[in-house]
Amino acid sequence: MSETADRVKKIVVDHLGVDADKVTEDASFIDDLGADSLDIVELVMAFEEEFGVEIPDDAAEKITTVKDAIDYIENNKG
Amino acid sequence: MRRVVVTGLGLVTPLGGDVETSWKNILAGKSGAGPITRFDASDQKCQIACEVKPADHEYGFDPDKRVDHKVQRQVDPFIVYGIDAAGQAIEDAGLEDMSEEMKLRAGCSIGSGIGGLPGIESESLVLAERGPGRVSPHFVHGRLINLISGQVSIKYGLKGPNHAVVTACSTGAHSIGDAARMIKDGDADIMLAGGAEATICPIGVAGFAQARALNSSFNDRPTEASRPYDKDRDGFVMGEGAGVVVLEEYEHAKARGAKIYAEVVGYGLSGDAYHVTAPAPDGDGAYRSMQAALKKAGMEPGDIDYINAHGTSTMADTIELGAVKRLFGDDIGGASMSSTKSAIGHLLGGAGAVESIFCILAIRDQIVPPTLNLHNPDEGTEGVDLVPLEAKKREVNAVLNNSFGFGGTNASLIMKKI
Repeated sequence: MSETADRVKKIVVDHLGVDADKVTEDASFIDDLGADSLDIVELVMAFEEEFGVEIPDDAAEKITTVKDAIDYIENNKG
Repeated sequence: MRRVVVTGLGLVTPLGGDVETSWKNILAGKSGAGPITRFDASDQKCQIACEVKPADHEYGFDPDKRVDHKVQRQVDPFIVYGIDAAGQAIEDAGLEDMSEEMKLRAGCSIGSGIGGLPGIESESLVLAERGPGRVSPHFVHGRLINLISGQVSIKYGLKGPNHAVVTACSTGAHSIGDAARMIKDGDADIMLAGGAEATICPIGVAGFAQARALNSSFNDRPTEASRPYDKDRDGFVMGEGAGVVVLEEYEHAKARGAKIYAEVVGYGLSGDAYHVTAPAPDGDGAYRSMQAALKKAGMEPGDIDYINAHGTSTMADTIELGAVKRLFGDDIGGASMSSTKSAIGHLLGGAGAVESIFCILAIRDQIVPPTLNLHNPDEGTEGVDLVPLEAKKREVNAVLNNSFGFGGTNASLIMKKI
């Protein structure tokens, strides 16, 4: 697993209070991890902070799974 | 007429994360005061407070017991305290498994005097230093006063009235009184009622200190700072925590075989119409509030065994005492009156609820809690049993709880053994 994936999963576990083994790459934030739309806003802010990337609203709306987040960060980090 | 009884209790205080620990420490004469640990208070005039202690403390509070990790991260501490105290009260009342029908008739009236001040302070700094894009999406609903009632209703599925009182330091008492009326009026059969506060943060302490309401000369002797009725008092000690009771319609409680602590028999309200922070010097607002509660209860002053005073350890103590003496006349000789703020500080919006619970426990255990640090009673205290320093065993059948708030808002509750 990539270093980015590890860090993303750690943020998800911390923010959503879910067990680490539930945070698979295919997991949907809303359907599988119990997040609501505000939790996703907060997660996106935490990803921006952690990785120093900017995630505009239109891109954030497309991030629905853990893998979506990892891919976006991998493709856009400086 | 529908009658209202108390069937469950929940407390988070500077002397315990639950009812029995808090009460045991209150009766033992312990103080919850100490140097402020939440932030560096070295530049503050007042550097002490009664903080709720961490989970690993002898009488600490463990938020993980009843409040989801995610919720804890999103909301201010006053909401965490409120949710936990409400959960305790539900468990104590044996209402963990309510039917859908019961839930439709069960509501919440849990308020706060100020709400999420620490979060407002910290997010304001985020806004100023890092811009609007870094403000938490949970900022608003994590700080709003009615979000204890909101969170508790969601957690336990309570679909009846959802209400939150905001009357400064009278909040807890008004919350219980208003909720009792909702049950009497038939809006609900069960109400979770109470108050919570958590404002031990730099802006909270500075704000009350600048208003000349907080103590400032006891920074080296924190446990001696809260001394209601004592000559050397110089301002209140800020406390934090929550108190929530389960109120229930009497026949409803009897039908399910619930344990009944007491009946809420009197509720009085009044306004001072005098000053934003100082009570009317003649104590007339307090007098009318207590008088109204007695009238509702159909009782005489001589029927009251114990008064849990507002008694904040400020100049206002003697004003309340004057009002009590005026109302009770010679009957004051038969009552005991103490301020538990001497032990846990002033819980502001939580005070009236927490102190009502101490009143109920005084009825249960036939003992009245002490006024700590009362070594040199002030002028005007003669002839009143202020229960100095040590708890006192005595007959307790009916209790009066007073709460008075900034803005000149007064509430009195009378509860009685059933």
